[in-house]
Amino acid sequence: MLIPCPHCGTRPVEEFTFLGDAKPERPSSIDPETMDQWFDYVYLRDNPKGRYDEYVHHSGGCRAWLVVSRNTETHEVRGAIAARDWAKKQQKGGKS
Amino acid sequence: MKYSVFSLLRYSLSGHKNWTPAWREPQPKKDYDIIIVGGGGHGLSTAYYLAKEHGLTNVAVLEKGWLGSGNIGRNTTIIRSNYLLPGNNPFYEWSMKLWEGLEQDFNFNAMVSQRGVLNLCHTDPQRDAFARRGNAMRIDGVDAELLDAHAVREMYPFLDFENARFPIKGGLLQRRGGTVRHDAVAWGYARGADHRGVDIIQNCEVTGIRVEKGKVLGVETNRGFIGCRKLGLAAAGNSSEVAAMAGMRLPVESHVLQAFVSEGLKPYIDGVITFGAGHFYVSQSDKGGLVFGGDLDGYNSYARRGNLPMVEHVIEAGVAMIPGLARVRVLRSWGGIMDMSMDGSPIIDKTPIDGLYLNTGWCYGGFKATPASGWCFAWTIAKNERHKLNDAYRLDRFRRGYMIDEKGQGATPNLH
Repeated sequence: MLIPCPHCGTRPVEEFTFLGDAKPERPSSIDPETMDQWFDYVYLRDNPKGRYDEYVHHSGGCRAWLVVSRNTETHEVRGAIAARDWAKKQQKGGKS
Repeated sequence: MKYSVFSLLRYSLSGHKNWTPAWREPQPKKDYDIIIVGGGGHGLSTAYYLAKEHGLTNVAVLEKGWLGSGNIGRNTTIIRSNYLLPGNNPFYEWSMKLWEGLEQDFNFNAMVSQRGVLNLCHTDPQRDAFARRGNAMRIDGVDAELLDAHAVREMYPFLDFENARFPIKGGLLQRRGGTVRHDAVAWGYARGADHRGVDIIQNCEVTGIRVEKGKVLGVETNRGFIGCRKLGLAAAGNSSEVAAMAGMRLPVESHVLQAFVSEGLKPYIDGVITFGAGHFYVSQSDKGGLVFGGDLDGYNSYARRGNLPMVEHVIEAGVAMIPGLARVRVLRSWGGIMDMSMDGSPIIDKTPIDGLYLNTGWCYGGFKATPASGWCFAWTIAKNERHKLNDAYRLDRFRRGYMIDEKGQGATPNLH
């Protein structure tokens, strides 16, 4: 598996550390009433077969956080962008 | 037909031409009392114990591929019950006890071999941790022996005791652990369940779950709708996909784990040895191949194949433990999809949907659990309540804060 790091170019998978699904959003409140949201965020996963956007750390390279778009069924990597840019896109409401 | 030395002799006289199939290939009926989704080890053992322990035989096992095509035929065949935490030890020890009587019980040669599982330790703190785990095991009635380096050397002189970075300080040995011929486990359970009247339906993929007013009515399949009163999900790596058909999201991620077998060698390793300074475990099959594995690749996957860096990593760990492995050729490698739960422990429980039961989250420890998993799941389905052995494996333990986290990693499935 090769990952096109936006900073370093295409690099082999062993340089990267996978965190997991980029879709769950961290709840902003610490109010106990939002417990269900926290439970969802920490423990539940869509775990999709197919298209998957995930947080990946380029730990053996530029050490930047990326969001890699990958197919979990074929391991095909469709692209990678900086996590910061991905967050900006999400905030605008546009899905990646 | 009962298999015995006499049936073997009788059929050998006729040139082994008249053996009958070990199980039928029935057409699905319109409905069943109980349907189990997943014809792997856990699904088949569940059906077997439903029939044997609870007398429930109007049962179907639906398998999307061929029988035992998933992880029951892809694991490294190790059985053990060397856990630390209270929820785990009694369950896995019950599994070990079922393994010990399994072949007589289901009349099939599963080649259960209690050849011993040895975990190596490489530092003083690790030895302390092993002593603690060994004590926890013995409190629960499990056998455990703490060995010093000399005793380990007596057993396996070819290990790299003087490794500069990971010298071997000793090990924790469970003599009752060992290996089992994994395919035979699927076949034995399938045959035993089939003989008691369970329908095992292969090439039947579940495409939907029909739920009305919070109650399960049946499943849509590629061979039409099949009704049921109770539905048990034992779909391992595909658990999330199947549960989503009933509108459930699970605390599970699917990850790929690779395993390997070497060319056949003369008898070399007569037990199971695990490396304590990395993740590597090895045994030798009866055909002579070394069977070994290591860590997950680390990313979510449904692909049943991994990448080469993990192959290299596993073999590096192996050579660090047994330098002689550098001379051995790898024959094959393959991958399986693990249902990695959020605390590294499984789930065997009812669900919020009436008549829907869940068996998942086996991470990469599902094989050794096959008998007890089926036994407890059958109990839970038959009686609509958890047995005390799976009482800790509740689905709601994550919400309630009662994780069973052997490795202490938190909700990071790729690290368990």
